[in-house]
Amino acid sequence: MTAPAPTGIDAATDALRQVMLATPRRGSALLRRSLGHSGLVAGGVMLVAIVAVALAAPLIAPHDPYNQDLARRLIPPIWHAKGNWEHVLGTDKLGRDYLSRLVFGARISLLIGTLTVLISGTIGTAIGVCAGYFGGRVDAVLSYVVTTRLALPVVLVALASAALVGGSLQGVIVVLGLLLWDRFAVVTRSATQQIARTDYVAAARAIGCSTLRILLSEILPNILNALIVVATLEMAHAILLEAALSFLGLGVQPPLPSWGLMISEGKQYMFFSPWVIGIPAAALVCLVLAINLVGDGLRDVTAPENRD
Amino acid sequence: MLSFTSQRLVVALSVALTVSIVAFLLLHLSGDLATAIAGPEATAAQVAEVRHQFGLDRPMTLQYLDWLWRALHFDFGNSFYYRDSVTSLVAARLPVTLTLGAISLALSLVIAVPLGALAAVYSGTIVDRLALGFCVLGQAVPAFCLGLGLIIVFAVQLRWLPVSGNASWKNYVLPSIALGWYAVPAVMRLSRNGMLEVLSSDYIRTARAKGLRPSVVIVKHALRNAIIPVVALAAVQFGFMLGGSIVIEAVFNMQGLGYLAWEAIARNDFPVVQAVVLILAVIYVALTFLADVANAFLDPRIRLI
Repeated sequence: MTAPAPTGIDAATDALRQVMLATPRRGSALLRRSLGHSGLVAGGVMLVAIVAVALAAPLIAPHDPYNQDLARRLIPPIWHAKGNWEHVLGTDKLGRDYLSRLVFGARISLLIGTLTVLISGTIGTAIGVCAGYFGGRVDAVLSYVVTTRLALPVVLVALASAALVGGSLQGVIVVLGLLLWDRFAVVTRSATQQIARTDYVAAARAIGCSTLRILLSEILPNILNALIVVATLEMAHAILLEAALSFLGLGVQPPLPSWGLMISEGKQYMFFSPWVIGIPAAALVCLVLAINLVGDGLRDVTAPENRD
Repeated sequence: MLSFTSQRLVVALSVALTVSIVAFLLLHLSGDLATAIAGPEATAAQVAEVRHQFGLDRPMTLQYLDWLWRALHFDFGNSFYYRDSVTSLVAARLPVTLTLGAISLALSLVIAVPLGALAAVYSGTIVDRLALGFCVLGQAVPAFCLGLGLIIVFAVQLRWLPVSGNASWKNYVLPSIALGWYAVPAVMRLSRNGMLEVLSSDYIRTARAKGLRPSVVIVKHALRNAIIPVVALAAVQFGFMLGGSIVIEAVFNMQGLGYLAWEAIARNDFPVVQAVVLILAVIYVALTFLADVANAFLDPRIRLI
């Protein structure tokens, strides 16, 4: 057991110890363990379903998500006495079909989650791998950058930056991508430190491999498991932050059917029609739950020694 | 201990300084300040006049040093919108956010630490599984959704508590639950893991072997050691809560620092935004520094790092 580390980057390492390095294993054993993990299976099924719905949105959505019909405003969903089958989940304040908006909203959340993680993952991994591999001064400087980033209040800086670039889908993705790399850096740093000490890295160095080659073909493939786990958890983080930004009016702009925006637009009607915020909130919870279950499950099956 | 503390202090101060540069740049990236101060109807000559008057025609470094010097004396300039000093605006709102953060932190610790300890003591049983399930589910519910749900149930339908505002203690109940919720999974996992590690140690076996009651072993011997890492996490979480309270304050219309910042961002009132970013970051840096020192004091092994 290591001593409980101090705060800053070391504390983050400590808190994230469960999201750690995995040893490479055979594919079939991994698959068997994955199918035996109920959380991973449940999360995986939910996630695949949501992705399928998002991809097939034009086929599933019964109406145009942007089509307004002021004569049919705030129709309640089907389980309500006044509901009707034409609008299964009812309509919003402008008479737009709620089910159609919900289905197209899945695209926005998944798009933001994926692209944000691609940007932040690239930045964070580059920082973490360099800090972990080179150590010494490089590590000191990069760790300092990470510590500084951790000191910035994320929601506030994201809001202010989103306002600067003007709230838009692209703006939100860039802002979140440039902000959410801290966990990638922390995890890949400690994972790289462990790999860099192994004999095969020493062997690669001894036979004269270039640093770039060692980083790309020895270090990166061996921290991939840890990287995928962080990527899933950060994807959930990005989706939640987008929803919060859009809820505060500085994220994705109307008339796009972002779930956070749907909750924000429904807020003034929630006292008499609670389902206006309940439905997108439930969708958000399902998506984040699915991603988190997959992330936690992947951590358990790729690195069972680190499960909690 | 002294060298450890001074070393941490140097890092904390330099991080605070770097953050101040980021906050300063935030204001200057927001557009031409002279135009913003002079207002939309100003002529080019008036804008030039303002630029000179406010010293905006000086080199950037000089402007930064001047701003930093004033900020160190708690002078953050004037709000573009309120035509009032940023310091007095912040001073009026900060207590609301600090109160909200403190109650939320206390609430989350009171729920998460016993729950984590319980999960560790009954590790592998249904209690453990329920606690972990609660964690996973808790992480998936966004704080603002929980806040809105609490309003619908407890304020609108049951009418037990007020919907919004910050007039009395009753206004703090629902926002504290929504904000405290956010920290519960992390604290619970850490106290559970700490407890699991401690419970398998030799001194616990000794305590059990000499016939102490299980409750004494668990509370007096195990828990006290298991929660040392929670101290550091609690400080960090308090910092996150102060930053994250912006969403909760918006949901509950609480006139705190976050609400002030939210309004200021929407109005392009960047001196206010800049001050709030700097203040929250400095509080966070101070908290992590104190947590480091407290941790080193509680656990002497850390001082050797």
